[in-house]
Amino acid sequence: MSTATTERHDVVGHSNTPILELENVGKSYGNVHALRGVSLNVRQGEVTCVLGDNGAGKSTLIKIMSGLHDHTDGTMKLDGVARRFGSPRAAQASGIATVYQDLALAPLMSVWRNFFLGNELRKGPLRTLDIARMKRICEDELGKMGVVVPDLDRPVAGLSGGQRQCIAIARAIYFGARVIILDEPTAALGVKQSGVALRYIVKARDAGLGVIFITHNPHHAYLVGNHFIILKLGRVVLDAHRDDLTLEQLTTEMAGGQELAELSHELRGIDPGKVIEPGEVEHGHVEAPALSREELKAVEREDEEEPRA
Amino acid sequence: MTATATEPSRGLAARDDRVATRPLAARLLSRPEVGSLIAAIVIFLLFMAVAEPFRNVANVGTILYGASTIGIMAVPVALLMIGGEFDLSAGVAVTTSGLSASLLAWNFGLNVWVGILLALVVSVAIGAFNGWLLLKTGLPSFLVTLGTFFILQGVNLGVTRLLTGNVASADISDMDGFATAQKIFGSEVTLGPVNLKITVLYWVVLTVIAAYVLLRTQMGNWVFAVGGDAAAARAVGVPVRATKIGLFMAVGFCAWLSGMHLLFQFNTVQSGEGVGKEFIFIIAAVIGGCLLTGGYGSVVGASLGALIFGMTQLGINYAGWNPDWFRTFLGVMLLLATLVNMYVKRRADLR
Ligand SMILES: Nc1ncnc2c1ncn2[C@@H]1O[C@H](COP(=O)(O)OP(=O)(O)OP(=O)(O)O)[C@@H](O)[C@H]1O
Ligand SMILES: [Mg+2]
Repeated sequence: MSTATTERHDVVGHSNTPILELENVGKSYGNVHALRGVSLNVRQGEVTCVLGDNGAGKSTLIKIMSGLHDHTDGTMKLDGVARRFGSPRAAQASGIATVYQDLALAPLMSVWRNFFLGNELRKGPLRTLDIARMKRICEDELGKMGVVVPDLDRPVAGLSGGQRQCIAIARAIYFGARVIILDEPTAALGVKQSGVALRYIVKARDAGLGVIFITHNPHHAYLVGNHFIILKLGRVVLDAHRDDLTLEQLTTEMAGGQELAELSHELRGIDPGKVIEPGEVEHGHVEAPALSREELKAVEREDEEEPRA
Repeated sequence: MTATATEPSRGLAARDDRVATRPLAARLLSRPEVGSLIAAIVIFLLFMAVAEPFRNVANVGTILYGASTIGIMAVPVALLMIGGEFDLSAGVAVTTSGLSASLLAWNFGLNVWVGILLALVVSVAIGAFNGWLLLKTGLPSFLVTLGTFFILQGVNLGVTRLLTGNVASADISDMDGFATAQKIFGSEVTLGPVNLKITVLYWVVLTVIAAYVLLRTQMGNWVFAVGGDAAAARAVGVPVRATKIGLFMAVGFCAWLSGMHLLFQFNTVQSGEGVGKEFIFIIAAVIGGCLLTGGYGSVVGASLGALIFGMTQLGINYAGWNPDWFRTFLGVMLLLATLVNMYVKRRADLR
């Protein structure tokens, strides 16, 4: 894999123009400024990884690009032209497909109906649904992901979380024409399916698509990413190319530098192999882990930062 | 990370050996309309046993007529419920439609057909208004259509009294176009011993078209999706607003069809009519397997629900029971059918 990685740079280089450009984009939910002054470029044939803490604004960012939300500041350009998507349907018409963090599946609808929802295949003069073909494609695509769904006519509500996630990923990969956005696609997946999802990301890139990959896992990000963006409290705090960053640096940056070192130091004292006598406690009698002075200060600093914005 | 482990070849896509294929019976039993089908058969057998006139073939026409007047509205109301919304104004909207045609034609001396077309515009516009207001305000449809229910009820009474000084529209049977219109909306055909009203034809055609649209077209897929999870549907590119407004307009259209029958059957429309009918339509849809929360249900089931109404209404009469008990009977039916729906579905899903 590592040899392929180095070759890729030579072939593609940094020359191609971005398909999506965000300039100083901001988004407020009422008085909550979820995103502030975010600028980034998404290029075709590249994987752009977006990382950051819970609540950093990652999902908000991709919801703007997938047409679910409208940004409140700045401009978004598609192929160099300023655009606002009125709806996810408009974004899809521009070739952008998304795996949402909450998956966006209709629980009572069958697997194949969910797979083709909004993109139904039709045939004949009456524009009847081509059910046989949709089922076949759906089964094929899920089979390629290594998931076996027993009955494509069963409602998705009865499937496991990972199976549902696979349906959402397979759907986006199948319908993504130019850009594929994946919001924590591997969150509920087993080791094998995570591997398949990462391979799909690489495959999509090799097919010349732009991929935006959101994850909390720096190892996953570093396996496939060309570009790394770290968000913190709605701002971009790191925007680096793979060549300028090692996995260790990425991990450190994500964890906020010092914090990880401290955590590993602190956790060294916990004695992971230890087994304790069975016991019972009253409600609320499991002690909260004590935050160190630095951690408390970090939290305070973040609290201060909000009103200043 | 071996290729064989992660990418099983298509044909081999190892069937999960924990799941057996489901028997056909189980798949049929998990259909939403199964509760209403069982209920319809039971009620049919019950009245066959206890009511002598129920066995008379000539009464089939009467029973089907009663069912059709409810079924024509229960079908779009079921579609709307599957799409996640209610329409409490559906009952009085029928009266509004009949009154519009009659009063417009009579008041301005128009050809009856002009009145009919204007009533169509009014009815569909009321539906569109319900949908638009719902999406504009984000209020639950229960509240929005409760509002239109009262508004229309008042308008029906007020405008009729204003124009005619009476509680019913004037008789329009001597006006231009009435004869042809009555053929279209109020005629009947005789098949052997059975007299069938034209509404029965409309009911069957509507049921077939709606069932086809719901299960075999893109529109139908969208109806299930907006009812099941509107946010998810929007996120994957379903035009949620258009779908919902379209459903309300379909209810408007069928209210027009019912209203025209009302007008041309009796030549005049009582302005206070229709109140309470909205619940009958909703109950028919629920008996037919529609979930109150949306995203699940059946048009055929709703029509079976309407048939149950038709049979019960007349069956109680034919059996010589006191008709006071009709509503009680309906309430029990509603509870039983929904329980059967739930029970059968759960059993079938486990198989
Ligand atoms: N619909 C909303 N209304 C109000 N505030 C919102 C809404 N959606 C998100 N937010 C706020 O915006 C901020 C960013 O949320 P976002 O979902 O983008 O985070 P995230 O980076 O995706 O987090 P996670 O890793 O947990 O998925 C949070 O503070 C959140 O509370
Ligand atoms: Mg998120």
